[in-house]
Amino acid sequence: MQEMASKALKLGAPLNVHLDVTYRCNERCVHCYLDHEDHGEMTTREIKDLLDQLASAGVFFLTLSGGEILLRKDFFEILAYARELTFCVKLKTNAIMIRRREAQRIRAFGVESIQVSIYSHRPEVHDAITKVKGSLERSLNAIRFLNSYGLKVIIANVLMVQNRQDYPGVRALAAEIGVECTLDPTITPKMDGDRSVLNLNVDRLALEQVFRDQSLVGNVAEFCATSQKPDDDAMESLPCSAGHTSCYISPYGDVYPCVQFPLPSGNIRSQKFIDIWRNSTQLTEVRSIRLGDLPSCSKCVHGSTCTRCPGLAYMEGNMRGPSVQDCEKSFARTGIPSENLLSRKASRSSLVHIEQLGVNGAELGPVVGQRAC
Amino acid sequence: MSQHLYVSRSSAVAARKLGGEMMIMSGRDSTLFTLDEVATLIWESVNGLVTLDEIVRRRICAEFDVEPATAVRDAETMVEALAQHGILLISSEPILNSNAPAGRAK
Repeated sequence: MQEMASKALKLGAPLNVHLDVTYRCNERCVHCYLDHEDHGEMTTREIKDLLDQLASAGVFFLTLSGGEILLRKDFFEILAYARELTFCVKLKTNAIMIRRREAQRIRAFGVESIQVSIYSHRPEVHDAITKVKGSLERSLNAIRFLNSYGLKVIIANVLMVQNRQDYPGVRALAAEIGVECTLDPTITPKMDGDRSVLNLNVDRLALEQVFRDQSLVGNVAEFCATSQKPDDDAMESLPCSAGHTSCYISPYGDVYPCVQFPLPSGNIRSQKFIDIWRNSTQLTEVRSIRLGDLPSCSKCVHGSTCTRCPGLAYMEGNMRGPSVQDCEKSFARTGIPSENLLSRKASRSSLVHIEQLGVNGAELGPVVGQRAC
Repeated sequence: MSQHLYVSRSSAVAARKLGGEMMIMSGRDSTLFTLDEVATLIWESVNGLVTLDEIVRRRICAEFDVEPATAVRDAETMVEALAQHGILLISSEPILNSNAPAGRAK
C-alpha cells in the first residue's frame, strides 16, 4: 500500500477521495461538525458524472460518507455505479437503516469495508450521544447482519467526555461480534468554524490513559517515547496526504484537501475535477508546505512524530501553525509539552504580569490557575 | 491447453491504472497487486470470449519482442495466479457472464 501511495504522490494522482453524498442525517450526534440541512446536494446525474471524472483522474479508494448515506434514495444506484467503475469503495454509516435486505445489497456490490459509528456499549450512553433512542441496538443489529454476510465491518469509536470510560466495553463488544474497532480521540470543530464542540474533547488524563493502554497502542514504551527535534530529512517531509494524494468533496461539489481541512479549493459544478486537482491555487499552496515551513512545529521536539493535522491548524487560523489538539496529544503521550504549549504558557504569563500592574494580583490567582496549560 | 483457456475479469475487484500499471485489489482478501505493462495489457484484453492464446499472439507478441510460446506460458502462469485470488476467472469454455460472486470470503 505504501508503494502505491508513493507512486501516486510521484505522479500527482488523487489516490483517495472522500465523498460525502449528503449532510442530512437521522442522528443528531452531540459532537458532529456538520450542518444537516440540505443546501442543494448534487443530483444523481451530477454524482455519476463526478465518479466518471474521479475514475479518469486515477482515484482508487472512494469513501462514501455523510451525513447518513442511506438517506439518499439513490444511494444504491450511486454505489452500483461506483463499483462498475471499479473503485475500491469504503462506506461510512450509522447503519440504523441497514437491515438484512440492505446488508445483502451492500454485499452484492463488493464494498471493501463498512465503518459504523458506535460510541458506547451502553445504550444509555450511545443513544444520548446520537440523540436517537434505540440507535445502539439498531446499529449493532446491522453490524451483525453485515458481518454475517462476510463483509468487513469496522466499528469507529470517537472518544469524548460522555463516553471516556467506555472504549474497553466497545472493544469487547467488537471482539464478541468479530469485527475490527478503532478509537479516535479527536473532536473536530464544525465546518462553519464553530469551536464549541471542542468542549467535548477528553482531558489530558483520559488521553494519557488511552496512550498507555497496550491493547490500543501496542508497545507503550515505544509509542510514548520522546523524540529528537526534526532532522534535515524530516524538515522536507509532508504534513499528511491531504491535497497530495487525497481530497474531500462535499455533497454540494466543493473540493477541500480533506474533510477535516475545509479550505475551499474549487467546485465541480463549475470546474472539472482534474482541473481543480491540478491547478487550484489552494491545493498548490497546501502541497508546497513542508515541516520546515512550519514556524513552531519545525522547532518542536515532537516535530517528526506528532500527529499534527494541518486541517485542524487551518481551523485554528493558520495552516502553517500548530494544532493545539495535537499538541495536547503529544504532551499526553510523552509528558513533554510542545513548543506551542510552552509559548502559549509563556505568553499567558506575560499577560498576567501586565494585568498585575493595574489589578489586584490576589484576584488573578484562580483565573491563572484555570487558564494554565 | 491455452488454446481453450478463456479468461475474464472478476467484478468483485477494485482496479485502476496508475502510471501505465494496473493496480488491483482482490475483493476476497484485499490483497493488492500491481501488474506490469505486459500483464496490464492482458488484463485489459481479456473478455471471456477470446482465448488467452489468441490475446497473447495478437496483443503481446505484436507489441513486444517475445517468443509466442514463452509469452503464452508466462501469461498462463499469471492468470492462474490471479485466478487463485479471485481476480480473474478462467474456464475452458467462453465466459458469457463474467460477474463473479462479489463480497469477501472470511
